[in-house]
Amino acid sequence: MELIVASTVGVLTAGGVYLMLRLRTFPVILGLALLSYAVNVFIFASGRLSIDQSPILSPYGEASYTDPLPQALVLTAIVISFGMTAVLVMIGLGAFFESETDRIDIDTADDAAAPEKDTQA
Amino acid sequence: MSWVLALPIIIPFATAVLSFLFRKGPEGRWLSVVGSAGLLIASGILMAEVLAEGVIAAQMGQWAAPFGITLVADLLSAVMVVITGITGLAVSVYALADIDERKEALGYHALFQVLLAGVVGAFLTGDLFNLYVWFEVMLISSFGLLILGGQRVQLDGGIKYVTLNLVSTILFLAGVGLLYGMTGTLNMADLHGAVQQVENQGLLVVVAMMFMVAFGVKAAVFPLFFWLPASYHTPAFSVSAIFAGLLTKVGVYALIRTFTLIFTSDIAFTHTILLWVAGFTMVTGVLGAAAMNDFRRILSFHIVSQIGYMILGLALFTPLAIVGAVFYLVHHIIVKANLFLVAGVARRIAGSTELSSIGGLYKSAPVLAVLFLVPAFSLAGFPPLSGFWAKYVLVKASLDTEAYWIAGIALAVGLMTIFSMTKIWGAAFWTPHPSGLEPSLSTLPSRDRAALLLPIASLAVLTCIIGFFPEPFVAFAERSAAQLLDPTAYVAAVLGDVPMEATGLAQAEVLP
Repeated sequence: MELIVASTVGVLTAGGVYLMLRLRTFPVILGLALLSYAVNVFIFASGRLSIDQSPILSPYGEASYTDPLPQALVLTAIVISFGMTAVLVMIGLGAFFESETDRIDIDTADDAAAPEKDTQA
Repeated sequence: MSWVLALPIIIPFATAVLSFLFRKGPEGRWLSVVGSAGLLIASGILMAEVLAEGVIAAQMGQWAAPFGITLVADLLSAVMVVITGITGLAVSVYALADIDERKEALGYHALFQVLLAGVVGAFLTGDLFNLYVWFEVMLISSFGLLILGGQRVQLDGGIKYVTLNLVSTILFLAGVGLLYGMTGTLNMADLHGAVQQVENQGLLVVVAMMFMVAFGVKAAVFPLFFWLPASYHTPAFSVSAIFAGLLTKVGVYALIRTFTLIFTSDIAFTHTILLWVAGFTMVTGVLGAAAMNDFRRILSFHIVSQIGYMILGLALFTPLAIVGAVFYLVHHIIVKANLFLVAGVARRIAGSTELSSIGGLYKSAPVLAVLFLVPAFSLAGFPPLSGFWAKYVLVKASLDTEAYWIAGIALAVGLMTIFSMTKIWGAAFWTPHPSGLEPSLSTLPSRDRAALLLPIASLAVLTCIIGFFPEPFVAFAERSAAQLLDPTAYVAAVLGDVPMEATGLAQAEVLP
């Protein structure tokens, strides 16, 4: 059990970092998603791994239970990272349509040369 | 008492909703101004309360301290909220003339207010996971502001900005997970006691480093600052100004908070790293600025170099150094936001921010020249402006601890800052405009002129006040530093007067 969870976190992190280091938008987004999955599993494990136990204290005597707090934290983290990924996908698409390329290492000399469009009144 | 703490968060959120509903008309922008004024008033009340009663805390939803979400304000939090109110009001007045109707219809004012709410929330929360949530609120609204308008450079800078910030957030979360696994609590005041009972102190240092990297990205310290100069020169000027003033400072605040309250077990290790980071941040930022030729890019790199000074104060970790860090934080937010606002006016009347294609501002717009001089020379540390006292305290603190090399670096970086400021001064103000234009403030419609110059002038006056009468401000910073270095009052305010044992739901110790 511990081995599976630990290696899952490890593999997800490794894959995420690898993909993040690509210089294209899509792999970077996937890499970020993988990284956030890894950290979600990691937080989940910080409440200790236990099987077949409810996250509620039993009113009857000595109960063993699993810590509910990390589960709540993970839930929050999942929702937020899902939202961020969605935004990032939108922005990546925007950048792709705007510049016809999904490379993200366009150097600064490039955009300094492009005339700054004045959108202000 | 809990309303005093909750109002600075509720007001901007309510304003955001209202100004989103009225985003198509002129009501939206006035709502934003009114909301920011309300935030300033609420922060003033909070400050008065904190000054009168010491640290105040409130448990949201009446869940007792280590379990529920705590809002807590000590002097540092309170002063940061006040500064947020001041900067927010200045920028929302400025935005009346700076933001066009298209951006307003896209929801500029709503995003701006959510950003303020996120910043205030991060300053007031007493819970690490809640801090993460506020970081995300800030991140998502700042991301919206950054790309509002949808130009290619904006999208490009936006992707770098959001990617690096997300990585830092993920690291922060992992640190939170480890810390929870070790101590069973995420309440910062509770953690102060709980971390001292952790047996595996080595792992605690690892967590401290994860937090340092995570907050370091937010604060844009060396070598994690690359997202900042890549993105800050692209959005509208009022957006640049609020980012420059507040966003990185939230990272600095989080560093100061966690590294005075929680991670103080191995100061010799963690704070030495911070000291090196501070030195490199100062030097690389100022060198980067020297290589730039654009008004906003120079200022962006200067944010990085100035962050180094604040980290320096934290790293030295003496009472005087913390005083310097707090004073620097306050002074810097005002000055930096103001410089970006000036850059916006220069762009409006001279047509560009590229230094080679503007000029003549001194001759034709002397008022603007004076308004630039005040924050610019304050940034560089000219006496008697506010930056001088901030730098003076920090340099004295480093001399007191016999860290002569870092004092030397701080002074040399100050000199380089003057170089950058005189470069802007020479190119934008003294040399004649390359296309013969005489940029004058009178070309602006009078309403726009008032909306643009009023915030700049007010912030400049504030800089002068801090500079000419530093005594009460330094005294305040001293009280704040004393609170930071001795968190007993903070812990007592959050957990009740009898300090509890660490709750430790997860008692099992994580072994290496």
